[in-house]
Parts: sequence; structure tokens; C-alpha cells
Amino acid sequence: MSSLWSELERVLGEVQKPARYIGCEDGMTVPDHHPDAAAWLLLYPDTYEVGLPNQGLQILYEILNERPDAVAERSYAPWTDLAEVLRREGLPLFSVDTHRPARDFDILAFNLSAELVYTNVLECVDLAGIPIRTAERADDDPLVLVGGHCAYNPEPLADYVDAAVLGDGEEVVGEITEVVAAWKAAGGGPRAELHRRLATVTGVYVPSLYQATFADGRLQGVRPVPEAVEAVDVVEKRTVADLADWPYPKQQLVPVTEVVHDRLNVEVFRGCTRGCRFCQAGMITRPVRERPADQVRTMVSEGLRRTGYDEVALTSLSTADFSGIEQVVAETVADDACGQVSVSLPSLRVDAFTVGIAAEIQKARRTGLTFAPEAGSWRMRQVINKLIREEDLYAAVESAYSQGWRRVKLYFLTGLPTETDEDTLGILNMARRCVEVGRQHIRNPSVTVSVGGFVPKPFTPFQWFGQNTETELRRKVGLLRDELKRDTKGYRGVQLKWHDPRATAIEGLLSRGDRRLGPVVEDVWRAGGVFQEWSEHFNLELWTDALERQGLTLEEMVYRHRTEDEAFAWDHLSAGLHRDFLWQDWRDALEAVGLEDCRWTPCYDCGACTGYGIEHVVASAVPPAGGSQGTGQDLTAGGEVPVMLTSRPDTSRPDTPVPAPVGGA
Amino acid sequence: MRIRIRFHKKGKIRFTSHRDVARIWERAFRRAGIAVAYSQGFSPRQKLSFGLALSTGHESEAEFLDVDVVDDRFCDEEAWADDRGVALGAELVESLSAVLPVGIDVVVVAPIVKGDSLQQAVVACTWSMDVDDIDRADAEAWVADVLSRAEIVVERERKGKPVIEDLRPHVHALDVTGTTETGVRLLADLGTQPRALRPSELLTAVDPPLTARTVCRMNQWTSQGADREEPLTAPVSPAPPARMPA
Repeated sequence: MSSLWSELERVLGEVQKPARYIGCEDGMTVPDHHPDAAAWLLLYPDTYEVGLPNQGLQILYEILNERPDAVAERSYAPWTDLAEVLRREGLPLFSVDTHRPARDFDILAFNLSAELVYTNVLECVDLAGIPIRTAERADDDPLVLVGGHCAYNPEPLADYVDAAVLGDGEEVVGEITEVVAAWKAAGGGPRAELHRRLATVTGVYVPSLYQATFADGRLQGVRPVPEAVEAVDVVEKRTVADLADWPYPKQQLVPVTEVVHDRLNVEVFRGCTRGCRFCQAGMITRPVRERPADQVRTMVSEGLRRTGYDEVALTSLSTADFSGIEQVVAETVADDACGQVSVSLPSLRVDAFTVGIAAEIQKARRTGLTFAPEAGSWRMRQVINKLIREEDLYAAVESAYSQGWRRVKLYFLTGLPTETDEDTLGILNMARRCVEVGRQHIRNPSVTVSVGGFVPKPFTPFQWFGQNTETELRRKVGLLRDELKRDTKGYRGVQLKWHDPRATAIEGLLSRGDRRLGPVVEDVWRAGGVFQEWSEHFNLELWTDALERQGLTLEEMVYRHRTEDEAFAWDHLSAGLHRDFLWQDWRDALEAVGLEDCRWTPCYDCGACTGYGIEHVVASAVPPAGGSQGTGQDLTAGGEVPVMLTSRPDTSRPDTPVPAPVGGA
Repeated sequence: MRIRIRFHKKGKIRFTSHRDVARIWERAFRRAGIAVAYSQGFSPRQKLSFGLALSTGHESEAEFLDVDVVDDRFCDEEAWADDRGVALGAELVESLSAVLPVGIDVVVVAPIVKGDSLQQAVVACTWSMDVDDIDRADAEAWVADVLSRAEIVVERERKGKPVIEDLRPHVHALDVTGTTETGVRLLADLGTQPRALRPSELLTAVDPPLTARTVCRMNQWTSQGADREEPLTAPVSPAPPARMPA
């Protein structure tokens, strides 16, 4: 039995939080490795606490272990202290399930949910004892795969991964398993041949079969190399048509140590058609596929009983949109067999949050309430197509405070297209009004405002937008801080938090980057730049130095507006969305023209349904009650506000670049 | 009804923290369907009280937990007292064992009268420590050195301020009880009041400093002397008392 446990237990006493590395979760599988089975190591390239709750990874873990021709175990990025000990002791990366060396698996499959984890991918591959560059891997080295939302632009990692998998993983992992198991059964062979076979699976992109061409310092395109007949011109994403067929995870893992989102999680629907233009998740996961309410109830009650959790989160991109949400919540809270249960609803739209929902979820312990208005003015929200009115926010906040909440968190983005300082400062105005609403119900209500810098993402209407510079984002955060200081009394109860603008710059770099960023990521990793999404480890200088060595700049790669016909690094990949739909939506954004939710209105032919012959799966033909959502929206109200895509060149800040005009209008 | 539970913490699970163990128990009661009293207030929690914290990474054969059970099945005082008590205890042990992770094993349960908290009641712990790379003679000499000292003064930091402390009064007993493949096994009785002396502190307090590969808490004691008692005695006989200092 190839377990490293006896070696590991001698050194785990030396590291912080050793429980990260022991496995022992309820729901864990001890798989029976055998030569005919494709052995998957599912990796989350961040700490155990962050990675364990990931539902995507847990779903694939169960689906694979149910197959006779596959086994799956899990691993997470070892914290820097353990990585050091492993290198010192000559020990490799291991699975937490049976502490099996990572190299003994056939496939290392990484979940990429954020850009800043890319250096951790290289770290994990290196700790596994595998060459980090695909071209240098031997025929019998494991395959390195990536999936998850960032896999929609895997180009920065193109030279480091054997394949990227687009879209829902439930079905495609089975098809990959069949290819790999057959390959093993036949005794293996040249790695290049395995690459070709993988490329025949829909949804699987094999970068080694594609070539990126550049001219005048810009990407011209990514196309199949002539000899790769298996490689399609455009790799399409995978979509499961009906969530009811996939009631996973059935045995959610219950860790023995504390993790984030330490609760039962039940996915109530996948996809979102609200059409928020900044939101990549909402674009690439279309169409909406609701889980049947009965199945949700069963998964909740069985899950609570099995896990012993006293909190359940009903997860989705916008949970209040779930048909019959109030009933599901009410039944969960009323289910005596589950004891005192609290229900948390992440991702709440304020226009769908009603007193009814508030009253139901507060029956047990109250969890925090977070709303995401995203922008501080109606005009700005029309630009981003998050069509919630201020009245909706105040009504939702009133629902919360009147039902006994004392603290509300509001999420905002700054650095959005066409944003003016007035829009930015509108954030604080909304927060102040929320506190005022709260005072009518309780003493000392508190509103935490969390501001993140906007990062344009592939396959969104904003993919053409030149991201705000680090300096500009810093200035905007400064505006908010100064305003709070100017009137401390007026803003009593308002707390401000913000995401580091330096980290936002690098997220933007990787989000829309091309293959030229591979050596940059590698350089940063070699310089020790792991765990870059952790503020104590993030180091902007490592990135800017590495960029300079490659002759690249943030101005060119991140801050520049892109033209209509400019090649993107992800043009050979598809989330089903027509490029002209996205372009039109981008033009509409600049005109502050909103677009209604297509789940309840006629189709705009974005491509996600029609292209794949699938449809929305929605239990209710009408929008859920509450707020201004549905047909009552006045989508043109802000239309007469003159809007031009321009940043405000500030003569006192010579380093603020003036963006190039957007072409093709 | 307050019930005291004695359990082991061994194997991989020893790398969980004291807090982690508390959470594992909270979930275990819910999963086993055993109703437990909750605290009042904004954020109700199960009323569980644990004894002295066990350092992360140490094993134990003597962990204790007091819980206020409100489940009718386990709240019949008369049943606990008469010949039904054994079956009742067995039922509780069985239902908890089914939902606890490997390595956390319930040894014995019993109803108790409400009194001192475990933390206040315990005065000393017996520790078994496997120390590598030392032979028996050197280990005996090290033990003799510790026991012969009138005081073992250490300086440590407490709340950011240096504190001088004499560890010697906390060393109630210390002995080499055997050899392992790679070293020796020490057994120590260390005082816990007003502050528990940790095994690692003792091992590094005198030269040469020793490091234990494994440490296991064998007993917690609520009284001193020949007829000393534990908060709840395991059905098997406890470890023999370590040699008392001369």
C-alpha cells in the first residue's frame, strides 16, 4: 500500500493546522485502486479550508468514485510551511484520503476558480514531482487538467496543462475516464497520442494541439496546428441539461476541522439569466436549470440528518430567484427532525428579498445578510444591467432590520465602464440610507460596505473594456475613505472594506491574458510567489518584474480598451454565447440600456440555449414576487443620461492612461 | 440531565484542535439524534463543556466532556441508578460511536451531579511520552536530574510580558517506563493548577532538551495521593501510577 502517512505523521507536528492534511472527513471514500481504473486526483489549488467546501470538486469526487472504471481522491495546496518540510524531507504532494503520492495518479485535475491561484497550480505539480511544462512531461507522467470558471481562458497556463475542460463536469469526466482507462489498458504510449484522443472529447481543449500567433505585439489568434486533425476550430463547453439527473453531492464531505462555508450546501439551480454584464458566471453557465423543489427538500433534510450541520445554504447565482424559494425555506426551518436549523441564502438579489423570506430564515440562528447592489447609482446599474432600484434595496434592508438583523453587508464594484466619481460616491449614499432605514427598527444598525475593483472577464459584454488602472482604483477607494472621514457623524454605522487594487490588476492580467503570460506565471512561482490570493503573500513586484522580463506591460495587457475585431485569447473556445450578442450588449451598456431577464421574456438569442439545443428549466413561468423585478421595470428611465466610454484623465496624475477609443461603433 | 463522557483521541484525528473536537461533538449529538440543551440568546449553542484542552497532535485516553442531555431516553435518573443503567450507557455509547470519526472513541458514560467544571476539578494529568534517539541510561539520568532539582525556573511570555515561573512543583512524578524501537517511553504526572504544565515544556526545560515523537494523555486526576480519582473511570484499570519523587 503506497501511503505516505507514516512519514507524514512525523512531520505534521511541525506545521500550522495539521488537520488540513489528515482527511478523515465524513463522506470520504477510500477507493480501491486497480490497474483498469483511471485514477483521478482532484486538486483545489488553495488551502484545505478554502478548497474543501468546493461543490464542484465534491460532485466530481462522488461521480467518479461511483464508476467502476475510475477512482478519485483529493488534495489541496499545502501551506508554505508544509511545502518547505516536504521538500526538505524529499516527500511528494499526497492525497488527503489515503495519503497516496500525487504522482501515482493518472490525472491531476485542478479546479481553477480564481486567477491568483495559478502559481499554486505550478507549485502543486512541482511538489508532485512532475515537470511543470507539458512538453517536458514523460509518457507515464500524470495528465494535468484544469476545469472551473477560469478554464474558459486557460491560455496563461497553456504550456503547463495537458488539457482544459469547459463547462459542467458531470458528464465529461466520464468520457475522459473512458479515454484514459482504455489508454492504460492498451499499455499507454506516446503522450502526444493521448493528447489527440483527449481532443476528441467535446468540451476538452488540448493546448498542445493549438498554436498562438502574434503580430506587432498582439495576439492574432489561436488555431489548431495543421497536423492535429482531431483539434476542432472552436471547443464548445459542456452543459448538463437537467440538474434533476445529478443530485450531487449525495454525501457532502464533513470536515473534522474548520473550513469556510462550513455548512450543508445544496445547489438549487445552475445558470443565471439576469444578464449582469460584469458577471462571468452568469454568462458562461447559461441557461437556468432549476433543481425540482422536491429534490431540494430531500437533499436538505437528508443532508442535515446525515451531516449533523445546523446550517444549510441554498446555493446558486441568485437564490431568491428560485421558484418557490419561500416554501422551501419555510419547510426546512419547520422540519423538526433537523433540529434548530438556520438557512443562509448567499447571492441575494435585493429585488427578490421579501419580508416573507426574512421572517422565515430568522426563525433559527440568524446568519449574516449580504446584498450586492454592485453600483451606487441607477445609471451605473443600467450600464451593468443589474436593474435593481434603490427602493428595492431599502425595502430589502427594511425587511432584514425589521426581522431582527443588526448587520447587513453590501457588495459593490468600482472601476466599472463609464463610472463617474458621482457613481462611486453613490455607494456611500446608499449605505447611509440603509443605516437610516435600520434606525427606524433597531439601535445602532451596522452596514458593511465591501468594494471590489472590477475585473473584465472573458465571455462577458465587458470583455472589451480596459480595466481601471491600479492608480485609478486606488483613487476611487480614496474618494470613499475621504468622504467617510469628512462626515464621520453622518456615516455612523457604515464600515468600509476594499479589495487590494494591486491584486485586482493581476487578476485582470490573468483573466484576459494569452500564452505570453505562461513564463510570467512561472517566474513568479520560481520567485516564491505562491498563495497570491492571500494578502500576506501577494507581491505585486514579483509580477511587474516578471512582466518586464517578458517585455509586457499592464497598460497593454490589462488597461487598454480592445477593439471590436481584436482577437481574444479565448476565441477558439466557446461558452455558447455569440460574439455579436456580447458586442451588442456592450454597446447597450455604454448607452445605459438595460436588458430584461430572458427566463421570463422572449429569447435574445445569446446562443447558450439555441446553440446546444437546450432550454431553461424553470418551475415557474412568472418571476418571483417582490421588488421591481419582472415586467414592471422601467428600463429606459436613465437612457437620456449622456454616456460616453471615457475615463477622466487627471492632469495631476500623469500615470493615468488615456484609454484608446472603442472602435466599431 | 448532565452526562459525563470519557473518550479517546488517537491516530490521524489527533491532529485536530481542541476547538475542532468540540465541533465534531456538536455534530455528533445532532447526527445521533440525541437532544441536548442549548444556550439562550442570539446565537444558541449546545451546552457542552470540555476539560483541559489537549494540545493539537497529542493523543489521549482520558478526554472528558460534560453534556446536558434533554433527550427523554437518557433523562430517567432512576433508570441510570438501577440495573437498567448499564444498558442505557451502552445505548448512548453505541449511538455516539456510530457518528464519531475514526480515532474518537467513547470509553464510558455516566450521569453526574452538577458541580465543579472539569477544568476546575482536575489537579493533575498522567502523560506517556515516546522520546526518540536516547538510550535508557541517558533517559534515566535525565529523569534523575529533573527530580533532584529544587526548582526549574523558566522564563516565558504571557500576554506579551515575560514571566518567571518554577515548573518543579508541577512535576509530581516522572519515570522511564520502557524502551521503544527508536528510544524510550517516559511517564509523567504533571500538575494542572493554577496552570497546566505541558509535556513539551517539561521536556525542554532542562538540558539536554528532549522532543517527544508521540505524547498521550493517559489520565486526568481530580485528587492526589494513593487513592486518587479520575473524573470518570474507564472500565479498564488505569495506568499504574508513575514513581513518586523521593
